[in-house]
Amino acid sequence: MSRQQTSSNDWAATITKSTVRLGYWTAAWVATLAVATFGPTFIWQSRAASSIAILVNLAVGVGMILAHKRHLKSLDEMHQKIQLEAMGLSMGVGLIAGLAWSTADMANVIPFDAEIGALVILMALAYMAGIFAGYRRYR
Amino acid sequence: MKNRLKVLRAERDWTQADLADRLQVSRQTINAIEKGKFDPSLPLAFRAARLFGMAIEEIFQDEP
Repeated sequence: MSRQQTSSNDWAATITKSTVRLGYWTAAWVATLAVATFGPTFIWQSRAASSIAILVNLAVGVGMILAHKRHLKSLDEMHQKIQLEAMGLSMGVGLIAGLAWSTADMANVIPFDAEIGALVILMALAYMAGIFAGYRRYR
Repeated sequence: MKNRLKVLRAERDWTQADLADRLQVSRQTINAIEKGKFDPSLPLAFRAARLFGMAIEEIFQDEP
């Protein structure tokens, strides 16, 4: 096997490894978030236990961010650009819609509380739309 | 930006995937560069020039 071939296989293996690792960290973060959210209702009634669960969730969240950073660095430049544009769109939509959502709640324009969950869903949808548009643009 | 990647690749009987492997990018990136939809960075352009044994300007030309 040539040196070039070995190198390209290493590159592909690095992307696969970083993607799988990001998947594990994301799953762990969701699991710790679920434990921290539902623990006080179904498992414990202690404030200390809730604090520990939230700290564990934060620590795993930091791990997830670092795994995401490593994953982005492993991508080639066009895919990095697609990710950057999608994240920019998601952040912009989150900022604009989030503030409008909060203002609408404070001004009693909407008949319910502005839950952060709705904002997270909107940001996720904007991110997915950005990824879709990016892949379409460079197809 | 215009480029001769497709021609140079065809001369060597390489597929897009072959070239992608050699330049350590994805096949989709090679496809986008060949179609002029994505302009490569300077390091990637240098890698392509090194691979084909040519100067960068012999592969990539500015399109006014």
